[in-house]
Amino acid sequence: MQKTMSSKQIIKQAAYYAFPHTIPIFAGFWFLGITYGIYMHISGFCFLYPMLMGLTIFGGSLEFLAVKMLLSPFAPVQVLVMTVLIQARHLFYGISMLDPFKGMGFKKFYLIFGMCDETFSINYSAKIPENVDRGWFMFFVTLFNHFYWVSGAALGGILGSLISFNTKGLDFVMTAMFIVIFLEQWLREKSHAASFTGVLVSVLCLILFGPDSFMIPTMVCILFFLTIFRTPLEKEGGMV
Amino acid sequence: MTLTQQIITIALCVLGTMATRFLPFLLFSSKKPTPKYILYLGKVLPAAIFGMLVVYCLKHVSVLSGSHGLPEFLAICVVVGLHLWKRQMLLSIASGTVFYMLLVQFIF
Repeated sequence: MQKTMSSKQIIKQAAYYAFPHTIPIFAGFWFLGITYGIYMHISGFCFLYPMLMGLTIFGGSLEFLAVKMLLSPFAPVQVLVMTVLIQARHLFYGISMLDPFKGMGFKKFYLIFGMCDETFSINYSAKIPENVDRGWFMFFVTLFNHFYWVSGAALGGILGSLISFNTKGLDFVMTAMFIVIFLEQWLREKSHAASFTGVLVSVLCLILFGPDSFMIPTMVCILFFLTIFRTPLEKEGGMV
Repeated sequence: MTLTQQIITIALCVLGTMATRFLPFLLFSSKKPTPKYILYLGKVLPAAIFGMLVVYCLKHVSVLSGSHGLPEFLAICVVVGLHLWKRQMLLSIASGTVFYMLLVQFIF
């Protein structure tokens, strides 16, 4: 770390660089978070539920499903199994972040805790300038995103059905962001084998298993193909 | 459901989520060297994951019914085209989203 800047300056600078990367997430999370809050409000829960669930679970798709779980008869084992199955993709994020999160000290716990799809994607793919502290950069990306989600969920829960808005289609902001991140990865990599595998396998599994249960087979198949083609992939230098 | 049962249900959601987020870091601590295979996966997985996440976002798009995925397709073209041209992340995302909103609100 450079000693020319005080630690306060380093933190400030990292926050300053992290913020623009989170603007699309702000739009997406407020939209989804408010929708989620309204959904919980309609389902009869006070705003503390979406707010606290957003704070502690911090995983959009599961939280929507958790509303249904809370309205069904108590089934703890089923809840835990479903949660692990839905969230299994985070295992992949963790494996990818083993190295980037090395030496992050006390920040590491929060970085892992807050590693949702969007946060992982930004933290993995962002080109962080040399003079910006990587640890604090990732910390602020995580913190900002977490804040957007919790505030959106609380807001939706408080305002409930008061809000009427024609934001149909705004959720595309998340799709657009993942497309741009995928494209950036595509432009950077020497071999497109892994990217191809990800898209093709997902599409095939989506057709075969349907939208509600294709993620687990997709992940198993991706692991399978990346494993059997390890030698050619490593030789090709397909990794960035 | 009683309040206690609700709290347990939410706590299990948190526990399951955190298990999937923390497990790789618990299994491969920074003290011991990480197996080569896991390091390899860490390098090739992200590209595949980003592809998977794009499909995941589009999973409810039906090619066979409704608008046949046409608004999504057109909006993706805008995002990709604009991004290849300008390479400005926020611009590509914002324009694609606004374009998509106009399509689904006024045309489809």
